[in-house]
Amino acid sequence: MFEIGLAHYLTVAAILFTLGVFGIFLNRKNVIIIMMSIELMLLAVNLNLVAFSSFLNDLVGQVFAMFILTVAAAEAAIGLAIVVVFFRNRGTIAVEEISQLKG
Amino acid sequence: MFSALIFYMFAALAVASGVMVISARNPVHSVLFLILCFFNAAGLFLLLGAEFLAMVLVVVYVGAVAVLFLFVVMMLDINVVELREGFLQYLPTGAVVGIVLLVELMVMFGGWAFAPDVEALIQAPAPAAEQITNTEALGRLLYTTYAYLFQASGLLLLVAMVGTILLTLRRREGVRKQVIARQLERTAAGSVEIRKVPTGGGI
Repeated sequence: MFEIGLAHYLTVAAILFTLGVFGIFLNRKNVIIIMMSIELMLLAVNLNLVAFSSFLNDLVGQVFAMFILTVAAAEAAIGLAIVVVFFRNRGTIAVEEISQLKG
Repeated sequence: MFSALIFYMFAALAVASGVMVISARNPVHSVLFLILCFFNAAGLFLLLGAEFLAMVLVVVYVGAVAVLFLFVVMMLDINVVELREGFLQYLPTGAVVGIVLLVELMVMFGGWAFAPDVEALIQAPAPAAEQITNTEALGRLLYTTYAYLFQASGLLLLVAMVGTILLTLRRREGVRKQVIARQLERTAAGSVEIRKVPTGGGI
């Protein structure tokens, strides 16, 4: 209980990842919340990488966590830009109404 | 004992704020809880001994990504009440998928083990914390073995920046903007005209 091992960190990361997935399903009206859920999932992945890196004494995990951080930042910037452009054109960001690609 | 308590505090706060991110009524509150979640995750990183990543998490996620989210949430005129409609409609599906995923992950955690030759598979052994700081060790690795990947991630950020600017750039009619090139183009001959005005006649 008071001995914090790898499993504790993996559990926290798993819960955070599940929350991210849950948030994607739950918020069908707001794209921004969905993007925040994706950020949560990426954070959980980072936590996994850093936990393994720390407990295995291998620095590569932290290097890759940094790359994931970069990708997450780029993804957030591009996604938010798309949301802004979409809102400018359509006046809504509700996911249900984003159906133009259906044809 | 003490570090265990700190771990539980950070973990509980991270999970609780994660719950609030997806369930808060107001998107602005969601972003603020996301920031809290990032701070607590940075605390967990500190406990794991990854100080540099913890600070980078605060700088990049809190300082850049979350603030970007905050700007966009505040910039878009969203009806908060309308956003929550259909919240309960998708709750069963989401709950089923979420619980199944969580159970799967937990089952996996119950049955995994390190490979027997895990010590031999370590790519870059972390030096002892007394000899060299985490930041320095990470920097040595990043600028030598992973230099190309580092450059590639820089390139990725450049592409993301160009794409973002390209997506959101627009020309609007009727906006008076300073165009330096057009200012420099102007000459006295092209813009000033001297006329002889007859007395009392006007132009």
